[in-house]
Amino acid sequence: MGKRFGVLLVLLAFIMVFSGTGLADEVRIGVYEPLTGPMAAGGQMTLEGIRLAHELYPTVLGKEVRLFVEDNKTDKAEAALTVSRLIELHRVNAIIGTYGSSLAMSGGPVAETAGIPVMGCSPTHPLVTEGNDYYFRACFIDPFQGHIMATYAYHTLGAREVAIIQDIAQDYSVGLSHFFRQAFVELTGDPASVVGMSSYQTLDTDFTAQLTYLRGLNPDAVFAPGYYGDVALLITQARELGMDIPFLGGDACEAPEFIEIGGQNVEGVAISTHYSADAPVTEESTKFVEAFYEKYGHAPSAFAALGYDAYLLILDAIERAGSIEPEDIRFALSQTEGFEGATGFITMDETGNAVKTGVILQVQDGEFIYAGSVEPQ
Amino acid sequence: MSLTHFFQHFTNAIYLGSLYALIAIGYTMVYGILRLINFAHGELLIVGAFIAYYGILIFHLPWWLSFLVAIALGAFVGVSLERIAYRPLRQRDAPRISLLVSAIGASFFLQNIGLVIIGGRHKAFYRPPFFAQTTQLGEVSVMNFLFVIPLVTLLILGGVFFLVYRTRTGMAMRALAKDYPTARLMGININRIIAYTFALGSGLAAIGGIMYAMRYPAIHPLAGVLPGIKCFIAAVVGGIGNVPGAVIGGFILGFLEIMGIAFFPHLAGYRDAIAFIVLLLILSFKPTGLMGEQVVEKV
Repeated sequence: MGKRFGVLLVLLAFIMVFSGTGLADEVRIGVYEPLTGPMAAGGQMTLEGIRLAHELYPTVLGKEVRLFVEDNKTDKAEAALTVSRLIELHRVNAIIGTYGSSLAMSGGPVAETAGIPVMGCSPTHPLVTEGNDYYFRACFIDPFQGHIMATYAYHTLGAREVAIIQDIAQDYSVGLSHFFRQAFVELTGDPASVVGMSSYQTLDTDFTAQLTYLRGLNPDAVFAPGYYGDVALLITQARELGMDIPFLGGDACEAPEFIEIGGQNVEGVAISTHYSADAPVTEESTKFVEAFYEKYGHAPSAFAALGYDAYLLILDAIERAGSIEPEDIRFALSQTEGFEGATGFITMDETGNAVKTGVILQVQDGEFIYAGSVEPQ
Repeated sequence: MSLTHFFQHFTNAIYLGSLYALIAIGYTMVYGILRLINFAHGELLIVGAFIAYYGILIFHLPWWLSFLVAIALGAFVGVSLERIAYRPLRQRDAPRISLLVSAIGASFFLQNIGLVIIGGRHKAFYRPPFFAQTTQLGEVSVMNFLFVIPLVTLLILGGVFFLVYRTRTGMAMRALAKDYPTARLMGININRIIAYTFALGSGLAAIGGIMYAMRYPAIHPLAGVLPGIKCFIAAVVGGIGNVPGAVIGGFILGFLEIMGIAFFPHLAGYRDAIAFIVLLLILSFKPTGLMGEQVVEKV
């Protein structure tokens, strides 16, 4: 027994020595994204952007960059596990991820405890970075997104009474619904202008009861801050129930699946997002769009652009720090100022959030069409 | 709630309830004959839906032909599953719990093989325009699904009854349900009858999957998990093993889910909790389910 245990220990020591710690001439960047499950489209679109960035910028400080990609399966428990795996097994210097605020809020504390900086690509819930010095993000946060859509509903659509239907299992959806409500009530000055709220849960497919309830309240528009698959089904069912009023969504609606599933029913739906290939903002955007077309043969989504920027931000921080020590990267990231990315110029505020322009897209003839930009407040 | 709203909720509940009923029939039938809870039933739904999806997308079959092919191939997948995952255990007289674990394993296997081959992203399922056509009756919107799904459910109910009570194969199935060894002594080829049962149950799963995918046209390899669990519960509430019971259980679950929100709109996020509390109450009063038989152990 004792002998066998000893052999095991030696083996373990070997594994630990050879699992990559000694390789100082490379930079290890971990990626955790939902590549399967209800948010698979978001994770895969982000990964497209990260891979492209890695291809275009494969080295930093003369060292080769290696990517380690883990699938968090759209599962909160799995998200924490994948971050542990990236840190303990792959010994990464920094992490990129993840689509889905709930997933990011689950992975965040693990990285913080281990002292590894994480660059969020698209988790927009404020609590992802708040109180976590190691989490940063390349995107704006939901209070701004709620403001964009509330303003759109009030001024562009002329809506005076709106209803909201949220995914109660997702922090992103509950948060965004809250901020939208706040912004809309501020515009109308009347708390009763949000005439109704209803909820569903991720993986639900039947929304007819909630929609029938909201239909009875006669709102001018409905805000549905959920993820693309659910919202596409939801709007389809709303149309089948005879609701012809405008629907609005958040950035999580931006996925080809939204239009494939919703078809004719999602025509005219407006969503807020981070970036549009139709409205390049920097030189880097133009370079990104061209390279993306060449590699994938289609236009990049906002998530691909954010994945791309998240990778570049980490490389930029390493360059400025002149070191690949996680602590140095973290400090350099927090000092990021006016960095030119594909989605715009990025400056980190003291919480680790990027302050950026928002974009509105509208579905027209089966495509997301650029419908305007909104400057940060 | 006004009367028109109530009628709209009622209509919504019929879509959902008849769909649950349809899927629960397959669950309960396999259990009634083999005393095996086929936990892979939810995955067989999605297998059927995906075969139909690819039949249209890749082979350009007309939708009805693609659906028929999907039902046939779905039945084939079910029989293969029985051959690989259940028969070897049965032949070694494994306890029922091992078969159950094997069924759960088969369920995970199908989910993950689906993720590897198809990938995790949603696919938009084709809906023949007729089915999703909407008519406005006053303020109540009615889709043709309102008639189509209950009609299919009734046809299947009739078909299963005819098969089980009016054919020789059905007689053999009933004999099997009563007593394996004696049925074997009576000259019944047990393996063949079990294969038939699985073919039938999986064919029903494929029909259920196609109907589900037409009603909610976004499918992915994990989409069968939730309807699978819910319809299993519907079958238990109706009395597992009892086919009309499964239909009743399905409708009860569908009505609870819709009416829970209709009457308590502010508790919409707790929809499943409301539905399942009521189901628990039903079970605590009738532990064998609404139509379930009292099992009497003979000494």
